[in-house]
Amino acid sequence: MAVVSQENRAVVVTAPTRRVRNRRPAVPAARRRDARVAWLLVTPAVVGFAVFYGFPLLRGIYLSFTEFHVLTPPTWVGLANFRQLLGDDVFWHSLRITVYFVLLQVVTGTVLSLAIAAILHRLTTSALIRGVILLPYLISNVIAALVWQWMLDPQLGIVNVVLKNLTGDTVQFFGSSAWAIPTLAAISVWKWMGYFAVLIFAGLQTIPPAIYEAGRVDGASEVQMFFRLTLPLLRPILVMVVVLSVINAFQVFDIVQVTTQGGPANASNVLQMYIYRKAFGEFDFGYAATMSLALLVLLAGITFLQLRVARANQSDLS
Amino acid sequence: MTQRFGRVLAWVFLAVVLLVTVFPFFWIVRTALSNNFALATHPSSLLPADFTLGPFKRVLGLATLSEAQAEGGSGASLDALLYLRNSVIYAAGLTAVVVFCSAAGAYAFARLRWRGRNALFSILLCALMIPTVFTMLPNFVLVKDLGLTNSFAGLVAPNALFFAFALFFLRQFMLGLPTEIEEAAIVDGAGHFRILFRIILPMSSGPLTTLSLLMFIVAWNDYFWPLLVTGKKSVQPLTLALGVFKQSSPNTAPDWAGLMAATLVAAVPMLALFVVFGRRIVNSIGFTGFR
Repeated sequence: MAVVSQENRAVVVTAPTRRVRNRRPAVPAARRRDARVAWLLVTPAVVGFAVFYGFPLLRGIYLSFTEFHVLTPPTWVGLANFRQLLGDDVFWHSLRITVYFVLLQVVTGTVLSLAIAAILHRLTTSALIRGVILLPYLISNVIAALVWQWMLDPQLGIVNVVLKNLTGDTVQFFGSSAWAIPTLAAISVWKWMGYFAVLIFAGLQTIPPAIYEAGRVDGASEVQMFFRLTLPLLRPILVMVVVLSVINAFQVFDIVQVTTQGGPANASNVLQMYIYRKAFGEFDFGYAATMSLALLVLLAGITFLQLRVARANQSDLS
Repeated sequence: MTQRFGRVLAWVFLAVVLLVTVFPFFWIVRTALSNNFALATHPSSLLPADFTLGPFKRVLGLATLSEAQAEGGSGASLDALLYLRNSVIYAAGLTAVVVFCSAAGAYAFARLRWRGRNALFSILLCALMIPTVFTMLPNFVLVKDLGLTNSFAGLVAPNALFFAFALFFLRQFMLGLPTEIEEAAIVDGAGHFRILFRIILPMSSGPLTTLSLLMFIVAWNDYFWPLLVTGKKSVQPLTLALGVFKQSSPNTAPDWAGLMAATLVAAVPMLALFVVFGRRIVNSIGFTGFR
């Protein structure tokens, strides 16, 4: 504490000399002392932002115009990487299956989370049930991927054992190109469903109960009230949930890396996996940066569109 | 009548959701306590097949090679304790630095008046728009140039000083604190640091705890960044080790019992946090939308 008060005294002493230089005497001395302390306190955040967000952003854009193999300095190649991107069938394939994954995960995930949240809201306020639903969110993607890979194992996995008893057939969940992406999307839904349900539930609690009482007086059924009252009032939160899940889903990597590693035969080679392979498998950092830039622009565009279309910042409640 | 039918249907739906959510956790425990050979002969038994603690011994490196192979292990041990230590250092270190830096920054942004405050805050807000996907590669190059790969400093570097959510979360809370106590302290001649450490931080203990929990969970579960910057056992966190353990196990007949035991070792700290702080974690998920 002693050091701190000394520091404060030093600030007080220097304050008058600064006032001479400063041509705005309207600013009180106390306020200027605030400014010194404030800048000191925000220094870590500013440095962290500049070094690990700002600088990498610019450097990433620069690298996408270069050929760069990490060990030797990057060489400027202009638009060559972008031309390569346009003609890269693997990239377009990756983009297609990533979009497929995003659609599957976001649509089923959002519908399920919404259903769970709405039902919880009308049935019970039990924090225990919400807690249990949240369990998959607390464990890592790696664990989620491993346990599902075990449960979906073609021979010994419990799901396939049950399937075999019911239908006489097993499913190659990770081993067939048709099933790989839906399987990964399902695992992702399992992992995030509870989190988004709790998020939507929090939103539902902001809707005044009087609205439902009024609805009931008017003779509306639960289903009618859900579509006429709940959904419109929930729109801002739903938009946020969808934007968050889209951004999340586009960056899917962990569960793919642990289970299929992009296979079979590129069937689950999602964008992030392809970028990782290019950068750390082939050390083609320049081209990997170009693809990251494409993903960044894509995400920014999608987010902007979603917010525009949904007018997220306007609530019907206020 | 239809009303009651609807309620029953809703409860059934909820029960199915809960079952699907919880069953994999049960299956991890059941498999982790099984003999790996017995798993093949009793794939659908709900109880552990040929109950044994062998998988945990394998994972913790306590089983001899012959013991491990007798129960279907690959002979590869995981050294779970070492990875566990690494995960604790990484998660606790990152949490401590993030919470400290964010608290300091949040105080400046919420309680002090200074020129450029709002402009600077808007600039920092931009960080939320940049997906980690994009900064990951350049950050790797940077950390590599700084010679920080395979070190805990390199692991925590990208997020330690500035983690957007943490700063905004604390600022939001501090904006709502009453000013009277602070003003009284100023009248008494207290400096800003004294106010921060003696008044504001104690008043913010609730949000600080919540934030620490969430940060710890995020760091504990992190996979991609550690995958990029760590290649040595001495710093790799447990999430990475799980992948390594899986790859060391033969593809045709993996040591599922051992893998699930390892998974459990990695999940237990999170489940313990959940048992102790469950309500706090549940309530913290509001409109902030973590991550």
